[in-house]
Amino acid sequence: MTNPQMVMYEEEFNQIQTIVDRVVREANAQVVFIIDKNGQLIAAAGETDQLDTTSLASLTAGNIAATGGIAKLLRENEFSTQFHEGERANIHIQLVGNRVILVVIFDNKTSLGLVRLRVKKASEELNSIFEALLSKVQDPQQSTPFAEITDDDIDNLFND
Amino acid sequence: MSFINYLSREINCKIVYYGPGLCGKTTNLQYIYNKTNPEAKGKMISLATETERTLFFDFLPLALGEIRGFKTRFHLYTVPGQVFYDASRKLILKGVDGVVFVADSQIARMEANLESMENLRTNLAEQGYSLDKLPHVIQYNKRDMPSVAPVEELRSLLNPNGMPDFGAIATTGDGVFDTLKAVAKLVLTELKRGGAGG
Ligand SMILES: Nc1nc2c(ncn2[C@@H]2O[C@H](COP(=O)(O)OP(=O)(O)OP(=O)(O)O)[C@@H](O)[C@H]2O)c(=O)[nH]1
Ligand SMILES: [Mg+2]
Repeated sequence: MTNPQMVMYEEEFNQIQTIVDRVVREANAQVVFIIDKNGQLIAAAGETDQLDTTSLASLTAGNIAATGGIAKLLRENEFSTQFHEGERANIHIQLVGNRVILVVIFDNKTSLGLVRLRVKKASEELNSIFEALLSKVQDPQQSTPFAEITDDDIDNLFND
Repeated sequence: MSFINYLSREINCKIVYYGPGLCGKTTNLQYIYNKTNPEAKGKMISLATETERTLFFDFLPLALGEIRGFKTRFHLYTVPGQVFYDASRKLILKGVDGVVFVADSQIARMEANLESMENLRTNLAEQGYSLDKLPHVIQYNKRDMPSVAPVEELRSLLNPNGMPDFGAIATTGDGVFDTLKAVAKLVLTELKRGGAGG
């Protein structure tokens, strides 16, 4: 298995959600979310109901993947920060620990400087949470609930 | 790499449709999108050229139902089939849980099918995966076209491992859901065994 399974538990989720909520407040942002590099949404905060977060997550991950590919060609390690400025909305994309992506969407009520500052602090905290989460996942004591499912369970999924 | 969320009780898996240019990968996703209830699907995203060739990927999030209280969600992606988009194909394959190889049944496309299959193996190997250990199914598409190779011949060339395979006409939907169900089933079975990739 090349990539460890991504798993999310309540404890870590709450820690992550607290950080995401705080970034919305302290950076005065519209929306903040965290996704994994495969485009799965992990946590979100702010005015998310007006946004298609699933689509955003997949496109952002695609964007990071493409930029990562460019970096490799230039023998750069990774371009870990991206910023796109629009007329009303701006988006700041930060790769955290080469594992997850922190996305901040903000308007002119705040400034890029403030967003950067809050993102930097949050990145460090997130990095250690995900590191802890990963070692927990690799712990062989933790079994998946899927070891228990039967072939019938799987078949039933497709019979209704 | 599937993603198990104990909090929202969801399991997310990534399925990639692979195959030569114009074999019908995007058409598979479009059919699935059109035939799925609105509650079970998200928006379909297509990053395509002006001539509707896939430029980076198509993306369709799909909910299939519950297993033991866990919602199963599948993220379907297609790769761009044109040979020169290889760098993009490698990116889309990252974290894949299952592959649908869509072959073009037309005799004239046999070479392209073989080349694409070889390319899939190479690109998976680069990431430490082996196709032989990865859940995958084969679809022989465009069965409605005038000069198609017999399924047995396609099978012997493209499916030496005897994986589940299906004839299909993606434009009318023939075989499209059979293919999807088969790969989803393999992915869930693999998850149950607790493995992934190689
Ligand atoms: N007759 C017939 N045409 C098909 C079938 N499946 C797809 N097509 C057509 O083939 C053409 C190419 O299909 P796409 O789904 O765009 O092919 P693709 O594999 O996504 O191609 P790329 O994005 O370039 O990799 C379209 O005009 C489809 O309508 C089929 O089963 N029968
Ligand atoms: Mg396409």
